[in-house]
Amino acid sequence: MGTARRSAYALKDKYAIVGIGTTDYSANSGRTVRALAIEASANAISDAGLKPADVDGIVSYNFNDSAPAIAVATGLDIPNAGYAVDFLAGGNAANLIVLSAVAAIEAGLADTVVCYRAMNGRSGFRLGGGREFRALGPTQYTAPFGWITYPQAMAMWCRRYQIEYGLTPEQLGNVAVTLRENAVLNPRAMQRKPMTMDDYLASRPIVDPFRMFDICLETDGACAVVVTSAERARDMKQKPVYIMGGAYGGGPQQGDDLFDCIRWPDHSKNYSHYIADDLWRSAGVTPNDVDVAEIYDCFTYSILMQLEGLGFCGLGEAGSYIADGHIRRDGKLPVNTHGGLLSEGYIHGFNHVIEAVEQLRGQSGPRQVPDAEIALTTAGAMTCGSAMILRR
Amino acid sequence: MSSPEAYAKPVPVPDPDSAPFWAGCREQRLMIQHCDDCSRHQFPPSNICAHCGSGRLSWKQASGAGKVFSWIVVRHPVPRPVYIDDVPYVVALVELAEGVRMPSNVVGCAPEDVVADMPLKVAFKQVTEEVVLPLFEPA
Ligand SMILES: [Zn+2]
Repeated sequence: MGTARRSAYALKDKYAIVGIGTTDYSANSGRTVRALAIEASANAISDAGLKPADVDGIVSYNFNDSAPAIAVATGLDIPNAGYAVDFLAGGNAANLIVLSAVAAIEAGLADTVVCYRAMNGRSGFRLGGGREFRALGPTQYTAPFGWITYPQAMAMWCRRYQIEYGLTPEQLGNVAVTLRENAVLNPRAMQRKPMTMDDYLASRPIVDPFRMFDICLETDGACAVVVTSAERARDMKQKPVYIMGGAYGGGPQQGDDLFDCIRWPDHSKNYSHYIADDLWRSAGVTPNDVDVAEIYDCFTYSILMQLEGLGFCGLGEAGSYIADGHIRRDGKLPVNTHGGLLSEGYIHGFNHVIEAVEQLRGQSGPRQVPDAEIALTTAGAMTCGSAMILRR
Repeated sequence: MSSPEAYAKPVPVPDPDSAPFWAGCREQRLMIQHCDDCSRHQFPPSNICAHCGSGRLSWKQASGAGKVFSWIVVRHPVPRPVYIDDVPYVVALVELAEGVRMPSNVVGCAPEDVVADMPLKVAFKQVTEEVVLPLFEPA
């Protein structure tokens, strides 16, 4: 199946991420989401060597579980927030909000934009915990059959992949174990206890084919980045990380909500299959050029689909690609060097952008990929998602 | 059968697009939309044909035959009190003979016995006074 060719991101290297900020990642922040959003955003602004008054745009995404952009602009006393926008979206938007910041600046709606995601994902609204019990809209075709949670949704995709290509528990386990090895070296990570394959296999069955360790963490915390033009970036405190390319989208029949995949043509492939061409074309690079990849890993399986969809290996080959050690920190494509959503924490994928920037700045300490020059970040796991290519 | 008060699981709320589907289930008939222009079926129902854009849709009774396209076995109940007595249970994407997919439960066999492409047939289950769900069992 093909996808109609369309215009691609056309602002290669013209915009940059100039600041990053986070809060602690925990299971119980004891703070409002507003406070988390403000702290991460203030940290990002200060990391860039700027003051809130230098920012005039702010953008985020949420599931009605966060503080809106104007609340953060108000809290930070940003005097003239021109582009203050909230996307009602899931992890699929984690890179899209950065691209939308670029679009806003290019359009003259703002000059310097903060992008953030803030959530009390464990102590507050738990995305994995189920949905409302009056099954309205697209939910009426799923929830009455006890098909309710995101692990249950993605397990259905994973099974279809297993039917088409074969997939062993160990092949999924390799992802969990590899990412934990990275998290062990990451002081921000919530899960730093080493994990063996036996630990993985012994973890509790949740929804076949997933065990507990196939499923990401739930986290209270926030991340933020500051985006501005390459021209302004040159004079700022940090070495800029340039946005080479990006893409957002998916295939046909993306569904009536993020859960809905009833009409999706082929559940062994996700959105990444459909945006790959736009992404690589926009950046003018190929998978071989990527030094480090922060790939959306709400589940272990999500990484397999994206490795194949973006062309790092052939269809049905991700299990053996991973078993060969290629995604390890010393492999040819180090993946989720922070431990990912599976072991660092679940800031809905925005923590991947933070890690990519740190890697490209050479600030990742013991988990640094030597001389990392080009990074991939991705966001989303099902019918729609976003991705970026960044460079130092 | 549980009394309506005792039924704690999500119940479908029919809307103008879906009402004929749920009404059909109450009569033990699996109704899906058929496009009068391109002659294809679609599910879930919509105001417009997803294949050709036609608004000329009619409801046809499906044969009730299908097969397993994909399936999961839920072992960890969420929410716990609601599903604790049901686990392990099977949710499948059922591919109907008419070419559309429909999420449902596979009942009448052990979860371990479900395999890809397993032939199924619809089996209606009344869960509240108003709601009948289309489940599937081995054909
Ligand atoms: Zn039609």
